[in-house]
Amino acid sequence: MQVEQFLEGSAVLYPEKVALVHGSQRFSYGQIDREANRLAHALVMAGVKRGDRVVIYLTNSVEAVLAIFATLKAGAVFVVLNATTKQDKLVYVLNNCRAAAMITWGGKLPSDPAAWAETIHLRSVFISSASATQEDAARSAGKQVFRVEDIRNSTGEGLAPAKSCIDIDLAALIYTSGSTGRPKGVMLTHLNIVSAATSITTYLENTADDVVINVLPLAFDYGLYQLLMMFKMGGTLVLLDSFAFPQVVLDLVVRECVTGFPIVPTISAMLLQMDLSKYAFPKLRYISNTAAALPVEHIKQLRALFPHVKLYSMYGLTECKRVSYLPPDQLDVRPSSVGRGMPNEEVYIVDESGNRVGPGVPGELVIRGSNVMKGYWELPEETDRCLKPGPLPGERVLYSGDLFRSDEEGYLYFIGRKDDIIKTRGEKVSPREVEDVIYTLEGVAEVAVIGVPDPILGSAIKAVLTLRPGAQITKQDVLRHCSTHLEDFMMPRIVEFQASLPKTESGKISKRMIADEHRGSQQLAASPLEEPVAP
Amino acid sequence: MRRPEIEREIYDFVIANFLFGQTTDLEPGDSLLERGVIDSTGVLELVAFLEERYAIKVEDNEVIPDNLDSTGSIANYVNRKLSCVL
Repeated sequence: MQVEQFLEGSAVLYPEKVALVHGSQRFSYGQIDREANRLAHALVMAGVKRGDRVVIYLTNSVEAVLAIFATLKAGAVFVVLNATTKQDKLVYVLNNCRAAAMITWGGKLPSDPAAWAETIHLRSVFISSASATQEDAARSAGKQVFRVEDIRNSTGEGLAPAKSCIDIDLAALIYTSGSTGRPKGVMLTHLNIVSAATSITTYLENTADDVVINVLPLAFDYGLYQLLMMFKMGGTLVLLDSFAFPQVVLDLVVRECVTGFPIVPTISAMLLQMDLSKYAFPKLRYISNTAAALPVEHIKQLRALFPHVKLYSMYGLTECKRVSYLPPDQLDVRPSSVGRGMPNEEVYIVDESGNRVGPGVPGELVIRGSNVMKGYWELPEETDRCLKPGPLPGERVLYSGDLFRSDEEGYLYFIGRKDDIIKTRGEKVSPREVEDVIYTLEGVAEVAVIGVPDPILGSAIKAVLTLRPGAQITKQDVLRHCSTHLEDFMMPRIVEFQASLPKTESGKISKRMIADEHRGSQQLAASPLEEPVAP
Repeated sequence: MRRPEIEREIYDFVIANFLFGQTTDLEPGDSLLERGVIDSTGVLELVAFLEERYAIKVEDNEVIPDNLDSTGSIANYVNRKLSCVL
């Protein structure tokens, strides 16, 4: 099976049913399928071939949904980027995956032809809501430019292009933070995605009657899978851009009779700050949480507020989508566990030599299943570091980089990361990537980026800097510089200047000592070194 | 405090806190969310600023785009709240 068949199958079974709700707009499966077919033909006509990469740089919108399925229908590989990605990273990804086409909108597109000149492989740009100046800029840089509105409104017969892929072909690249600082493209085949979506919808007991609300970016696999899984089941997806206005989201949960609400701990922290007593959510069947563990106190409060709602604690990695889930009936028994492997997947813990360890012994979690990625795009060494030989000859299994222990019954407990990747707002951030950006600011001598505990964000990003003699740099300068290079979720929340950074005996910056200093300053409560980012 | 003064303060806060002093063509009617100026944690910071600066209580049901999604609408909202207090 191929991923676009999620849509195609539901369009046959439920052509008139509402597939997608976005703002005041409602789209049926038949309509989405027809419009995605038109866009797929336009991609093919523009020269997009089987296996080509198509970058989708859009906010959560019907255009993004159409773009994902149109890319697959054209036999190509979709690469969804966060809509807050800045130009230098956008160019990096376009060139890294040698995207043949990009589907985007006028919101952030440059009006300067020079900005397009660096995208040397990109041939075609499909734009919605763009100005003539923006379209001309792309054209004058030699790109073919197509208007998405014109394609959607065209009167083609609406059949899909002939299928060219098999299920071990790539369906998606999902860029994720890497410890080297550069984002890595996780290669996912149709089989990987279909396997993961099947396992997850099985344990969530999803049906065509489900209505799921998604406020998470489609560039984040947790958000993306809400779309894929609802379309697989023939359910309805209510799509929003963010959780910025919680009241709007909660009103939609009521109005659209939402049955499934995927959250990350930041959302639960925001929800629990509100007075939720006026909401009953009688139709809500489940809340799922992943990306970082939900604090046990949040679990208690959510269950007290919504006793009829099943709460799923889950854990996953982009490299295999999902690793484990805790069956809701186990929440009271072992609230701090992230559960066990999902259906059709094996998970186990190994020591440093790769030998399986018993209950209670910490080790690295290993994942085995058809949901495990093919590797990182054109990074064989990084791939070999996490895909290692498995039980069968020639087989490779995923080493998660996360330390776990299990209990006597095989339930998993997260201990920590083996590397220094920061989890903030449910997303992974490489400290190195943030440091690399700050180092490009004139006058910075040294910088170390760490994650520090934060009640809303999980971890907040803290940057500690030293300056070159005579340099005059303020916090505002650092933040302004970061905001022009980093996605929103990668922005430091705390910026601190020091005369020098603590070093190890070998002279390397010691992040452990910086983290200890932070903890010490918090315990003193006075925290004189730390001022809020606000002016 | 008069409305133009409130609007100026709010505009300055948004520029300093969310755009870090970048020069911008942000208009009072522009959607902060659509322009990518503010996100979910940004709204929390904005609410905290309004409550502290203007000594008002921003109720849960007032955290909606009609009140908080542009510097102009924020100024109108604060102006209304202050009028009620008086």
